[in-house]
Amino acid sequence: MRVYAKFAILVVAIVGVLIWLAAGGISETKTYYKTIAELNAMGGHARAQHIRVGGDVEPGSIVRTASGVSFTLKQDALRLKVVYDGVDPLPDTFKDGSQALADGRLGEDGVFRAGKIQAKCASKYEAKPVPRNSASL
Amino acid sequence: MENIGALAILLAFCLAVYSALCSVAGRLAKKPFLVVSAQRAVYAVFGLLTIASGLLIYLLLTGNYYIAYVAAHSDPGMPTLYKFTAWWGGQEGSLLLWSWLLAGYSAVVMWTNRRRFRDMMPWVTFILMATETFFLTLITFPLSPFKILIAGAKANLVEGQPQGLNPLLQYPAMAIHPPMLYLGYVGFTVPFAFAIAALITKQPGDEWIHTTRRWTLITWLFQSTGVTLGMGWAYAVLGWGGYWGWDPVENASLLPWISGTAFLHSVMMQEKKGMMKVWNMVLVSGTFFLCILGTFLTRSGIVSSVHAFAQSSIGNYFVVFLTVGIAATIWIILDRLKYLKSEAHLESVVSRESSFLFNNLILLSSCFAVLWGTLFPVISEAITGDKISVDKPFYDKILIPVGLFLMFLTGVGPLIAWRRSSLESLRRAFMWPSLAALALVAGLCFAGVYDHPYALVSFGLCLFVTVTIALEFWKGATAIRAKNDMNLLRAAAELTHRNTRRYGGYIVHMGVVLMFIGFTGSAFNKDRTVQVVPGEDFAIGHYNLRVTDLQDGDNDNYEWRTVAIAVRKAGEDLGILHPEHRFYKSSNQPASEVAIRRRLNEDLYVNFAGMSSDNTRIVIQAYVFPLVSWIWLGYYVLLAGTLICLVPPKVRLAYARTEVVGIVRKREPVEK
Repeated sequence: MRVYAKFAILVVAIVGVLIWLAAGGISETKTYYKTIAELNAMGGHARAQHIRVGGDVEPGSIVRTASGVSFTLKQDALRLKVVYDGVDPLPDTFKDGSQALADGRLGEDGVFRAGKIQAKCASKYEAKPVPRNSASL
Repeated sequence: MENIGALAILLAFCLAVYSALCSVAGRLAKKPFLVVSAQRAVYAVFGLLTIASGLLIYLLLTGNYYIAYVAAHSDPGMPTLYKFTAWWGGQEGSLLLWSWLLAGYSAVVMWTNRRRFRDMMPWVTFILMATETFFLTLITFPLSPFKILIAGAKANLVEGQPQGLNPLLQYPAMAIHPPMLYLGYVGFTVPFAFAIAALITKQPGDEWIHTTRRWTLITWLFQSTGVTLGMGWAYAVLGWGGYWGWDPVENASLLPWISGTAFLHSVMMQEKKGMMKVWNMVLVSGTFFLCILGTFLTRSGIVSSVHAFAQSSIGNYFVVFLTVGIAATIWIILDRLKYLKSEAHLESVVSRESSFLFNNLILLSSCFAVLWGTLFPVISEAITGDKISVDKPFYDKILIPVGLFLMFLTGVGPLIAWRRSSLESLRRAFMWPSLAALALVAGLCFAGVYDHPYALVSFGLCLFVTVTIALEFWKGATAIRAKNDMNLLRAAAELTHRNTRRYGGYIVHMGVVLMFIGFTGSAFNKDRTVQVVPGEDFAIGHYNLRVTDLQDGDNDNYEWRTVAIAVRKAGEDLGILHPEHRFYKSSNQPASEVAIRRRLNEDLYVNFAGMSSDNTRIVIQAYVFPLVSWIWLGYYVLLAGTLICLVPPKVRLAYARTEVVGIVRKREPVEK
């Protein structure tokens, strides 16, 4: 039975290390999903956390500059100004009217600084079509 | 036409229910004619679904846009190939594909086993058809592919105008990626059905493993192909410059692959030593349910994902099926535990048995880590009320060390003796591989690659495994050469032919090593985004790029705009790359066609991201990806190795396997 005891120790050690790594990984990268309304309700509390906020890209709000891209997310009457300065290119589906998720932190000035943008095109899959906009080509 | 299609699906549904019930009734009441009737119904289900699929394809190809599915996933401007692939381009069609493949597999199982396993087969039929019934329920009731667009119900269409296949899916690798993945997903139903049938009928030992071994391997090959095609597609089409983003949908395809790999390994323990029987049951069932879960994640939109297909109501159906299925499986395994007793004991920590055990532990932990990360938003919302997601760093942090350990085991496992190994034999087996690995690491350090410790370890381990595999071939081949007077290459082929599973397996391992080299290359990626005007230069890595031309145009399917980029390296002209930006007309979606200069040492990858907001400057994203091609190369080696495993060996090896009824603590050593 001593063999089984050795096995048990090894298995526990390996699983322990993995759990330790996993716990570290989670606390480093965890991101809270929030809507714009929830973000506003959190107040100053929001600045401490890594947040993923979702909404529709307000048509006409996308501005590309040398340092990044800025745009406005909207959810009903609420608006949130977002600045993207990440390294990855924006997805093709990111354009006026698409549903976007922005990952990042809320700055002191109320502007959301995103390091990552995901977008789902609103015109495809069970959603209403958006007007054709060749300027986005 | 659409009525015939819907009718065929409805009839197939009824027959699947009939077959499942009849098969069990016939078995329990000992009425062979009922069992035979149930098996014939399986062929009928396959025939009916073939008709339904054929009709759907016909409707897609001939452009019958009054059918909702056709209008939503096809349009007149699309090439014929993509009109055909629109069959699995959407929810309803891909579920039809699932059902059709399962019916096809079931028909093959019925045919090949028509005279074998008479007492097990009714249960196999039952499990296959119960699963079929579930998928047919989905396309018979909530998600019929043959729904007609009725005026007033066109909420998601502009005046019934066809929408076309998602442009991101209009890519050759993507055309065959879903069917490959599905062939893999669906195929695991068969080993699962045999495993459970063996449990229900209290089959002693491992009959089901012998029957399903080849089946499992083929299924696994399809899954590997599907996952790799998915990676190739993400790399060449999505334009974000990577092949794996730990997206829930990608994870869903990886999970059953990992547990399937674990199963392929632990099955050897049962075949050769009669150990780990319960564990194999758990793995084969787990893999099956992960396949269903994968379909569920892709199809239900429960976890938000960039390419999750739809938010839909079918989630509840899946939850019910998974709950009932898992509960029943756990119950049957617990109830039959006494038939699953192990025939041998572990004797030493340093033994082949133990390396299999750790291989399984590691594969399962990575499977669990990926599952946990994927479902974390759902779990955290249920527990704390906050929806929390984890990201790439989480996966990297766990899976890089896990992957390295697995690579280590890949080298060590096949060389350790069964039962126990002496220090002397370990030294003999591992001296050269270890020395080679250490020399490589030292050399790389000397060459200045020391800021990526994981990459160093990874390269070292890759060489370690390569040398162990090469030595195995060398040792076997030289022995054969000495005896038979043939050259070394022929001797190696002869060696492989004599024991295809073992040497085929080594080749698969070699493929995985090559893939790991490719993954490790990502530690040295470079990227750069620039805004330029034609004639302007910029540099990335060793390359110097100049935008020379900007053109645009138009065809039936899309509008396009393309830039020509002249590539130079150290003053030498390397040709011109043409990244393109497209705008698909019917779906109103932009898409990028990246340009990639693929070489074995590194890929130069250029994406035309669009124009700056004032429309005067061209936005270019350029990347250098070292060693990426090794991943695709590794896949072909893996493919070749798996195919070799499937070839029947020239020499039937009799494995020493003592048939024991009770448990024997000490046994005389057996010669392998």
